[in-house]
Amino acid sequence: MNYRAVWAIYQFEMARAWRTVMQSIVSPVISTSLYFVVFGAAIGSRIPEIEGVSYGAFIVPGLIMLSLLTQSISNAAFGIYFPKFSGTIYELLSAPVSPLEAVLGYVGAAASKSIILGLIILATASLFVPMDIAHPFLMITFLLLTAITFSLFGFIIGIWADGFERLQVIPLLVVTPLTFLGGTFYSIKMLSPFWQTVTMFNPVVYLVSGFRWSFYEISDVNVALSFAATIGFMLICLAIIWYVFRTGYRLKS
Amino acid sequence: MQTVISISNLSKTYGSGFKALKNVDLDIHKGEILALLGPNGAGKTTLISIICGIVNATSGSVTVDGMDIVKDYRAVRSMIGLVPQELTTDAFETPWATTTFSRGLFGKPANPALVEKILKSLTLWDKKDARIRTLSGGMKRRLMIAKALSHEPQILFLDEPTAGVDVELRKEMWQTVRELRASGVTIILTTHYIEEAEEMADRIGIINKGEIVLVEEKSTLMAKLGKKQLTLQLNQPVNAVPDSLSDFNLELASGGQALTYTYDTQAERTGITKLLAAMSAAGVTFSDLSTSQSSLEDIFVDLVKS
Repeated sequence: MNYRAVWAIYQFEMARAWRTVMQSIVSPVISTSLYFVVFGAAIGSRIPEIEGVSYGAFIVPGLIMLSLLTQSISNAAFGIYFPKFSGTIYELLSAPVSPLEAVLGYVGAAASKSIILGLIILATASLFVPMDIAHPFLMITFLLLTAITFSLFGFIIGIWADGFERLQVIPLLVVTPLTFLGGTFYSIKMLSPFWQTVTMFNPVVYLVSGFRWSFYEISDVNVALSFAATIGFMLICLAIIWYVFRTGYRLKS
Repeated sequence: MQTVISISNLSKTYGSGFKALKNVDLDIHKGEILALLGPNGAGKTTLISIICGIVNATSGSVTVDGMDIVKDYRAVRSMIGLVPQELTTDAFETPWATTTFSRGLFGKPANPALVEKILKSLTLWDKKDARIRTLSGGMKRRLMIAKALSHEPQILFLDEPTAGVDVELRKEMWQTVRELRASGVTIILTTHYIEEAEEMADRIGIINKGEIVLVEEKSTLMAKLGKKQLTLQLNQPVNAVPDSLSDFNLELASGGQALTYTYDTQAERTGITKLLAAMSAAGVTFSDLSTSQSSLEDIFVDLVKS
């Protein structure tokens, strides 16, 4: 195991985040704060409690998940896409670095960044709405698993993308809609039975629901199912990455 | 001579069907500077990319220090430094950060003193904290060399190292390369500047259309270059070289209008005086004479054209 390479990639990627702190930390915090102001305070005060939780507090886990998903994907996708785009990937390919080590470095850094971001948003949220975390350990576990899983997913997108447009297309056209329709801003129990069934095909529902359960012990789906779905999605991503490196897909000709 | 890289029967066909390499066999000796000469698209970069792990070979094998480049990729790659042809750098990083990163990527413990020494030797120390995008082309080129040297490789690949580099800087780079060789590093450089190969290499390989056309000691090649030809335009055409001139290995040219004499400029005696005396004794007179010397360029052009 080339630990030094993993550490070198990790540090390099983290340094990039600090260099672009406005984009990587400040802007997601500001946009999330705007959600709290608009939905939590302005509109939320006119919305009744959901299963005993005020609307402002109800949306906190969903909003953290929203940032966690989008930032994990964009961090990891950009992290591996940019060397491909600029050509500096030659160095990674010619280094004594195994696929596993490269993934650990890039995905580890992307996940770390979004976890830090998630915790900052949580701290910001606590300024706007009072809330308790019923199961802090489980909350952190969900945070970790989701960040890692979606960083893996972003890594795959970064390898697949052959232009900046493709880099954006999945996050904007797939992940954002799925997140908005995945129970971030509402409980899916508010939907008609038909749409409830449709929603169950949205993987984000399981993530948001499980994460929310760790805060308030309310959930749309069983928390064990949420947990299993998260792990399942992670395994799928790992399998795709294994295939990518085994075949050299889009990395080597 | 100890072989450090052994390439056997290596072929590469790209997805487009383009055959970049065709059954290449080549041994690279430990501690030498091998120059690979070839026109654009000859397969130089593909060959290097396969050895360094950037491109997968279609068939054939390469061993480095006896180890297979695929099976023992870790051990092999940690021995090799690569300076690619394209100036690909992390535009927003600093030379210091990127060189330190390269060392880590190759699994070597941090060594700021060494990084400092490398950056200084490539006159990049003043720019160590500048954004790479603000560096000139020549500086970026040297930075890529610094990155490749950061993990103390025993084998260094320089793919067109002096492309787009001005004359003065080119001389400095040659000096750096010589110093590296003196420290025991094996160097493989590709170039299409013939003078560069002449100046630097111990051996010269010529590659064209995916095939190695020739690999020879530079001294052997230079000896060939040392040959000069004297062409004598005759007043009276002859059907054959007169018997009295048979010692000179003359050749008939222009359908008997001329005779060519090949001689070695490095030899103690060229034999020109003797030849001319023998010719006048034989009664062969000439109207004009000219000499020509074949250069590496002629050899190269001949090989590559055919």
